[in-house]
Amino acid sequence: MTSIKTSLGRRSFLKVSVLSSGGLMLGFNSLLSCTAKTEKEVQALPKEWFELNGYLKIGENGVVSIMSPNPEGGQNVKTSMPMIVAEELDVAWENVIVEQAPLNTAAFSRQFIGGSQAIRQGWKTLRMAGATARQMLREAAAQTWQVSAEEITTAGGVLYHKNSGKSAGYGEMASAAAKIEVPEEVKLKDKKDFKIIGTSQKNVDGKKIVTGKPLFGMDIYREGMLYAMIVHPPAFGMKLKSVDDTAARAMPGIKDIFTVKSMEDDYERLFFDTCTFPEVVAVIGTGTWEVMNAKKELKIEWEPFSEHTISRDAFGQKQTITIPSGLESTATHLSKMAEMKDKQVTVARKDGNPEEAFKNAAQIIERTYTAPFLAHNCMEPMNFFAHVTPEKAELAGPLQKPELTEKTLAARLGMPVEKIDIQMTRLGGGFGRRSYAHFLLEAALISQKVEAPVKLIYSREDDMTSGIYRPAYSATYRAALDEQNNLIAFHVKAGGIPESPLEENRFPAGAVDNYLAEEWTINSNLTTGSFRAPRSNFMGAVEQSFLDEVAEAAGKDPIEFRLELLDRAAKNPVGENNDYDPGRYAGVLQLVREKSDWNSPVTGVHRGVSAYFCHNSYVAQVIDLTLEKDKPVIERVCCAVDCGIVVNPDAATNLAEGAIVDGIGNALFGAMTFKEGVPEKNNFHNYRMIRHGEAPKSIDVHFAQNDLDPTGMGEPTFPPALSALANALYKASGKRYYHQPFMAEIPSEG
Amino acid sequence: MATINLSINGNKYVVDADPKTPLLWVLRDKLNLSGTKYGCGIAQCGACTILLDGDAVRSCQLAVSVVENKKITTIEGLSENGDHPIQKAWLEYDVPQCGYCQAGQIMSAVSLLERNPKPTDEEIDSAMNGNLCRCGAYVRIKAAIKSASNSI
Ligand code: FES
Ligand code: FES
Repeated sequence: MTSIKTSLGRRSFLKVSVLSSGGLMLGFNSLLSCTAKTEKEVQALPKEWFELNGYLKIGENGVVSIMSPNPEGGQNVKTSMPMIVAEELDVAWENVIVEQAPLNTAAFSRQFIGGSQAIRQGWKTLRMAGATARQMLREAAAQTWQVSAEEITTAGGVLYHKNSGKSAGYGEMASAAAKIEVPEEVKLKDKKDFKIIGTSQKNVDGKKIVTGKPLFGMDIYREGMLYAMIVHPPAFGMKLKSVDDTAARAMPGIKDIFTVKSMEDDYERLFFDTCTFPEVVAVIGTGTWEVMNAKKELKIEWEPFSEHTISRDAFGQKQTITIPSGLESTATHLSKMAEMKDKQVTVARKDGNPEEAFKNAAQIIERTYTAPFLAHNCMEPMNFFAHVTPEKAELAGPLQKPELTEKTLAARLGMPVEKIDIQMTRLGGGFGRRSYAHFLLEAALISQKVEAPVKLIYSREDDMTSGIYRPAYSATYRAALDEQNNLIAFHVKAGGIPESPLEENRFPAGAVDNYLAEEWTINSNLTTGSFRAPRSNFMGAVEQSFLDEVAEAAGKDPIEFRLELLDRAAKNPVGENNDYDPGRYAGVLQLVREKSDWNSPVTGVHRGVSAYFCHNSYVAQVIDLTLEKDKPVIERVCCAVDCGIVVNPDAATNLAEGAIVDGIGNALFGAMTFKEGVPEKNNFHNYRMIRHGEAPKSIDVHFAQNDLDPTGMGEPTFPPALSALANALYKASGKRYYHQPFMAEIPSEG
Repeated sequence: MATINLSINGNKYVVDADPKTPLLWVLRDKLNLSGTKYGCGIAQCGACTILLDGDAVRSCQLAVSVVENKKITTIEGLSENGDHPIQKAWLEYDVPQCGYCQAGQIMSAVSLLERNPKPTDEEIDSAMNGNLCRCGAYVRIKAAIKSASNSI
């Protein structure tokens, strides 16, 4: 058993007990009519709740309510995180109901999603929350029965004392346990004793979703609520000059029109304060349709902005960022990126003597890859509800990182953080886009000005054309083989607009004697940010495609080739900072080789493999495809994952399936292009997304079995899909794909 | 503005609305039936799918005046207790990820099985192709449709 100090938990648990007696949960219900609670099939709700800490309370009838601290956006944390608490509490999952916690940084740690870290970082805290409460229940029983707490065991929500034959349900002891001092230290379960973790449990919100209950920010309704939409500059590089709203104001249902500045020019922004267009025009009315119509009647003049700087506090690091002027186009981006190939750039890592090795090579392979900007295109467009009065600011909506937004909101509203209440609704997709909360600021400022509750909605067009896009990237790879086809040198030179995707310490660093990793950036006024598996979504997509080509040039099986390199990295690593575990990496390759029947090829089925490590997890995939009139049909994707302990296997499988479909979709179709600063795609008729008929016919996901603490799941399963697809397409067509999206180069689109 | 009589999920509603307002916004903003979702507003994503006299249609493209006195079914009215065979199959396969597209997916699937109780894979693809799922739950959606098809 692991013992764990509860000091951090103790402080926060005590604090929340005080807070919650004031009715912490009530606000939410009034917005989404009783949807905060999930009515999983429990016999009956209790008459009285006893709160043992911020994460859980127990009813007199033994029903347990567990808080899900993090926002839910489809990764199923609302089910998986409470499962971890329930495990250590030692209750039957059937008797648990789950509630979405509000933003409360005093009570909960790390209330955000991003970086596939929710389960990884929540793991200890959640276990501790369950274990602490279990310990308090044991103490309570010990006092009641006059025995030592050490002698009391638990199972399925019941306390037992073997010697006296006494037993009691948690519900019976809950009231006494609530008065017990929070223990200083608690014991965690042995992993082999897990009963809930590792079992597949259904999405606690499943029933609400399939019956259309209001769960999303878009669904918020409040008596007297007004609807708001924005009009933003039509091009990056432009700003507002003047507004003539005479005709728009005369439209039916329109209440007000004004400009909103979500960010003051001199405000020192926090990391996630990226804001697409700091000044927009807001149109407010009695219904979405009315507002949409009035928007068309606005006469707005825009003008180019000049170069300027913004200051930023990136987690303690003070930065001054220059925003260049100008109207940028994709064609220029591509030629600027191509020029970088021959320029002197920053060396990030160098092992051995790569120059010399390339000189002595028997064979050199050099390839350049590019990938475009991508829009997130969450199915639920950006939106937020706000009701700001002089006394308080009430906000609710879908947001990945509410705790990182509070401070900026307080500064902008001129209100102390204590008066701000941010409620989290289910996210209709996040993928990184909802890490940036300028829409929350806009909603709050609009509500403050119109003195009414307001729901701000971005139209699909607004959502797509005011993106915080995935950056555009390019990388040139070179590999040197000697006479015996050994990889003797490897060189990667990668960069992007505006950030570099390079991960210099990732494989094959550590496996090659002579290694050089370089990077560059090109500045831009396009706003960019996190997108599912940031940077890895490019590096994993291209490096694994390049290695496939190198393996072929060396006359080796692509899995065998990688395993040989990993073996080298395990036995005799080059350099010190290699950030992956070669054994676990090789493990997923071996697993995928076995499960995909890699060694038994089928005529007419073309296969590609890929393996990548990011967000602390290892993933390998094999894609099988056939060609139907030149059009790729994906028959099967076999996926092997090592993410440590899998809390909820079916939910993890679902997430992996989604990431694979997303990877294939973006590899084939994903692209946002620009002309003179204008995003060239604005809705799903011109931004091509993967659809039913293009999805793989089957996906099977296999997990490495180990008892390592859980790591990321939602992101690491994404990058390998792009490269496995490129490699399979090559097998099918004999053509290598270097530039995403591939569909641009596939002759017939069905 | 006009007074329009609507029959939704077996209930009668009288709304005051501009006759050109898409049914989607009448459902969402005026009647607080928010199960029907907005995704694109141009008939490209299927999030707003409802049944009109039993057929799946995109409510973002349907002027409210046109549907007067027709039988409208939204996700909220698909079944009394969330136990339509499609809804049950969706739960059995734990289909949803974020869930935002799912009301539309379900309504399209219901209409498909009503027309064609035993669809082939290709028929499922073509009936469902207008319903985008950004989370990529396509494999499970198809599995759930097939399972429901066998249970009908
Ligand atoms: S909102 Fe109607 S099809 Fe997208
Ligand atoms: S489940 Fe998220 S869009 Fe379909």
